[in-house]
Amino acid sequence: MREGWEPLKITVNGVQHALSVEPRALLSEYLREELGLTGTHVGCDTSQCGACTVLLDGKAVKSCTVLAVQAEGSEVTTVEGIGSVDDLHAVQAAFWDRHGLQCGFCTPGVMMAAIGLLQERPHPTEEEIRAGLDGVICRCTGYQNIVRAVQDAAGRLAAEQDRAVGD
Amino acid sequence: MPLIGVPHKRVEDPRLITGRGRYTDDVRLPGMLHAAILRSPRAHARIEAIDVAAARSAAGVVAVYTGRDIAGKVGPIPTAWLPPDSDIKATAHPALATDTVRYAGDGVALVVAESAAAARDALDLIRVSYEPLPAVVEQADAMREGAPLVHADAPGNIAFHWKAGQVSDAVFSGAEVVVRHTFRQQRLIPNPMEPRAAVAQYDRATGDLTLWATSQNPHIHRVLLSGVLGIPEHRLRVVSVDVGGGFGAKIACYPDEALTAFAAMSLGRPVKWTETRTEHFLATTHGRDMVIDVELAGRREGTLEAIRVRNIANMGAYLSTAAPGVPTILFGLIVTGAYTFEHAAVDVYGIFTNTTPTDAYRGAGRPEATYLVERMVDLFAREIGMDPIEVRRKNLVRPEAFPYPSALGLSYDSGNYQRALEQALATVDYLGLRREQAALRGHGRYIGIGCSSYVEISGLGPSEVAGAVGFQGGLWESANIRVHPSGKVTVFTGGSPHGQGEETTFAQIVADRFGIPIADVEVVHGDTARIAMGWGTYGSRTTAVGGSAIAVAADRVIDKGRKIAAHMLEAAEDDVEFAQGTYQVRGAPERSETFQAVTLQAYLAWNLPEGLEPSLEAAAYYNPSNFTFPFGTHVAVVEVDPETGDVKLLRYVAVDDCGTVINPMIAEGQVHGGIVQGIGQALWEGAIYSAEGQLLTGSLLDYPMPKARFFPTFETAFTETPAPHNPLGAKGIGETGTIAATPAIINAVVDALQPFGVGDLAMPLWPERVLQAIEAGRDGR
Repeated sequence: MREGWEPLKITVNGVQHALSVEPRALLSEYLREELGLTGTHVGCDTSQCGACTVLLDGKAVKSCTVLAVQAEGSEVTTVEGIGSVDDLHAVQAAFWDRHGLQCGFCTPGVMMAAIGLLQERPHPTEEEIRAGLDGVICRCTGYQNIVRAVQDAAGRLAAEQDRAVGD
Repeated sequence: MPLIGVPHKRVEDPRLITGRGRYTDDVRLPGMLHAAILRSPRAHARIEAIDVAAARSAAGVVAVYTGRDIAGKVGPIPTAWLPPDSDIKATAHPALATDTVRYAGDGVALVVAESAAAARDALDLIRVSYEPLPAVVEQADAMREGAPLVHADAPGNIAFHWKAGQVSDAVFSGAEVVVRHTFRQQRLIPNPMEPRAAVAQYDRATGDLTLWATSQNPHIHRVLLSGVLGIPEHRLRVVSVDVGGGFGAKIACYPDEALTAFAAMSLGRPVKWTETRTEHFLATTHGRDMVIDVELAGRREGTLEAIRVRNIANMGAYLSTAAPGVPTILFGLIVTGAYTFEHAAVDVYGIFTNTTPTDAYRGAGRPEATYLVERMVDLFAREIGMDPIEVRRKNLVRPEAFPYPSALGLSYDSGNYQRALEQALATVDYLGLRREQAALRGHGRYIGIGCSSYVEISGLGPSEVAGAVGFQGGLWESANIRVHPSGKVTVFTGGSPHGQGEETTFAQIVADRFGIPIADVEVVHGDTARIAMGWGTYGSRTTAVGGSAIAVAADRVIDKGRKIAAHMLEAAEDDVEFAQGTYQVRGAPERSETFQAVTLQAYLAWNLPEGLEPSLEAAAYYNPSNFTFPFGTHVAVVEVDPETGDVKLLRYVAVDDCGTVINPMIAEGQVHGGIVQGIGQALWEGAIYSAEGQLLTGSLLDYPMPKARFFPTFETAFTETPAPHNPLGAKGIGETGTIAATPAIINAVVDALQPFGVGDLAMPLWPERVLQAIEAGRDGR
């Protein structure tokens, strides 16, 4: 282990990792630099933009506000862990269908924030969606199609739940 | 099945929604080093000494360079837009300052280290002694006699002085009504969500340099950096495939990418540099920042006659790549807006100050022009006591007048401005709103209705005109369509989309023409090694110009295929028609060959017409004969709280006409995003410098960016008046929202506050400003 670095055990997208990190490394830096999970983007240095949002033990968190060492023993889900091209998460599918992205840079963070929002409020109103997205900034879309995508995703998740109950 | 006008889902999205996009900062190379740039904390100072010893010996640091270390190796960054007859003083921007820093953020030293953190740490170890010089921030101050000079060779800090059109004083002295006003276009920060970044890799064996960079125009960067770095153009490859938004800020050639490339060449290892967001505020170009005086002459019965404009534009400390084109041509030629002014004149001064250079920001000149004319129409209407809508109805260019020769020499291509206006008014129920407004005022509630009927210049543009106005490049676009033996297609475009979705719209154009599935078409962009030449994405040109190039190339493919099909079908070429993916002898449907069968024959070449070469591909270099002129009307409805000054957006209606719409889903998305940026300028955004030249709004903590909760659902619609001079009829939609929204909002707020005697408000409409205006009105001041 490099001098001054700390051991870290962490589960990311279901895979356990045991690496050492610089104590000052942010979770966002650890995900991108050490694990090569570059889907988590860094758009600012003051924790405003939310492009780096991930799920930390199930909660949507800006990964630039967490030191990697603080995530010791935690489970992290990044955009790479929620679905694949062949098996999209409801939120991913809704963002694609509703044109909820343009340049795509903020999108991973916005989708993770949306997942967090829908966990707390499975049937949000438009107003609740707009308020719930306050932690993320998108410069391209004007948010309207993001809102539509989150509404759409809420419907898909509810339908998935109904099917699961039906089974 | 026709694919033009179909809201096809975007083909670029699967990689982006699964986190598999490859933005520049995602590039990782073996042995890669990281760069960081020390920036001047002072707006204007002489550099007395730079001590880099401690930084050089710090752990993990590989190299430290100052301006002296790179002398003769990294040239200064040139300006690439030189308006003629403007006495322009385009001092090139040194990649690192050696003697004088001219704005807070000017680069002073470059550190290269084993990690990004080590590079940033080492910046703190560099000691620079500065001798402070007086700084100048506002353009008016910079023009005053005795003001500190930003560049010794630019007296009065005048970078250029440009004029267009003429209006004699007699027109104004003899006019029934003259309205005069001064508008301030505040400085804005573009803030694409992806910061700028560069990764450079140098192959010492071949001399090839590959630069991944956040660029809207990689070929322009290639040619400019080739000069800056002294690398032959054919040895330099610029790659910009996934780019996270640009809004004009990724047009310019900056020192930072050149420095990254230089470090990779010097050290023989790949080097990455990524700006922090705070660095973006200081070192990436800003937008707007103009002070605009306007005089408008008209008749009491509502006819607009003449407009005279003087624009004092703050260019910052250096003239950025395209910057001089913004307040001149892109602003000056369109100040008459959508109206039939008989006379117009524009007088533009570009002024140096000790601030971050300004350059294009979404709309680039056209929002500022639209703002002044749309505000002036409202001020004129108030002056003569007429409904501002009536003034618009009376003066908009009429549909039968196209092509319309504007007073400033443009030829507006096509339009039905009245239709867009009336549709927008019908959507909001204008008369109903006026009744509601009157009723609510009786209850102490103040709603306002604001209108903006814009026209813009886009589809940049005819290359001959580019040359005539001093743009140091062409504005045509390239397309190369390669049909593979199986009938699958690769399209190479010189456009460089970075969020606008042309991987999809271009595939639609080709699939529509060839009668094949969209999935059979791949669109390649943003790589100078794969695309021979291109001019990139800005000025709403990508679909109108790049898409037209693709349409022309596709038709050339079809024509060659027709020769092969005729030979296969033993028919005369003129008797073979092509539709829905099938070549067929006219009137004999049983005699046909599919596009794929013909393509295969083109490659097998077993039985080609005499003299015809094998293979099936075509190139087109499309040089438009005119600009395109998108137009429309936006209407904003707001409520102002007279106790707090808060502005609440109640409704927003946009009717836009961008000619033929290829993909309405994508076009609508462009409108949404544009509106939010336009409203951002009206209500919240504004960069503020201290008198000493410190950027006080230097991070996302201080600079308000529009958020989802600030907006209602926009009501958008399109009318379609095709551009008559390009094969698609497309005009461009990337900037309309930003151009139209800002004056619509201000007109609405001023309308709401009419009972308080408020005639104008300074942007952005922060509540305290609105409140002050209300109180001033109440006091009768």
